[in-house]
Amino acid sequence: MSILLTLFLEFFKMGALTFGGGYAMIPFIEETVLKHGWMTTGELVDFIAISESTPGAFAVNISTYVGSEVGGLLGALCATVGLVLPPFIIIILIAKVYDRFKKNIIVQGAMLGLKSTVVGLIAATVLSVGMEVFFSQGIKTEVFQSANFYVSLGIFAISLFLLLYKKLSPIPVIFLSAAVGIALGYAGVIKV
Amino acid sequence: MKQKLKLCLQLFLTFIKIGAVTFGGGYAMIPIIENEISVKKGWIKDDELLEVVAISETTPGPIAICAATFIGYKIAGVLGAFCATFGVVLPSFIIIFVISLFLRRFEDLEIIKYAFFGIRAGVLALLIKAVISMFKKAPKNIIAYIIMAASFAAVAFFSANVIIVILSAAVIGIAATLIARKAGKEL
Repeated sequence: MSILLTLFLEFFKMGALTFGGGYAMIPFIEETVLKHGWMTTGELVDFIAISESTPGAFAVNISTYVGSEVGGLLGALCATVGLVLPPFIIIILIAKVYDRFKKNIIVQGAMLGLKSTVVGLIAATVLSVGMEVFFSQGIKTEVFQSANFYVSLGIFAISLFLLLYKKLSPIPVIFLSAAVGIALGYAGVIKV
Repeated sequence: MKQKLKLCLQLFLTFIKIGAVTFGGGYAMIPIIENEISVKKGWIKDDELLEVVAISETTPGPIAICAATFIGYKIAGVLGAFCATFGVVLPSFIIIFVISLFLRRFEDLEIIKYAFFGIRAGVLALLIKAVISMFKKAPKNIIAYIIMAASFAAVAFFSANVIIVILSAAVIGIAATLIARKAGKEL
């Protein structure tokens, strides 16, 4: 199958099957990019940071990025159009009957399942990203002797505190994490 | 007809603006949509804005796309939906496409490697915050908790296919709701 068609179809599936937008899409995106070898988990995490620091919806950003990496400008177009098409069509179809649609018991039941599964799916992504951040060399005792591990742990803990208790928005947290990484890198504390 | 085309052009330009200034996408976009569409242009009313959020949540796809399509359609039909959606996507498409041309070249720079080392740990915290906010929005009953736990275990420990997990969750949710309704109980 041509790469452009593959891009279109993969992102079409994502557009058709992810509810809640943004971060709810990450588990699906992770599975897709790993399956095709388009990105590693680490690169995906880097891109989450880039996407947070640039305007626009995360899903649109990542479809454009992956499409461009894999198939140039045409690839970016195919992936992004694929992603946008399902919600575009579905919204136009149900916009007029939305009140009935909303009260339909099948829809309500499906929403119960979908809103719940998203929590579990993102939690699974947290686990795989956590493994990448702390144990990219595998789970070995040496990991606990390296400064890298404790620096990551420190940045993670402070970021979480700032996000949850200081209500800081993602962009300052990302820039702060980057600054700490750069400072400790040039100080020779961490090795990459 | 001429009036409609003018309206579509306005929709296109307004949504380009919305797409260009919203960082974080999704819900971050709602207050900006409110300001541009409802306060400045008076195209939709406040209670309709709530409907925009609700419809975006109950239909698949990114919230920004759903909201743009829905508002565009309400104001100027299918062409309006197209103009609004095209507008909201365009800024990020151009920006990310340009970034994608350069990113690989910068990747090997020492400073970028150090920066991303720090950033990866920070993004992990962003993801945990996302889990917490999704949990707050999710239903709170035994079926919902079982679906959350089972979805997590299926993907984390058994490498289950995400599409199958999503579809199964929808089916279980429908079955549980129908059974509860038949038994005359609230879930």
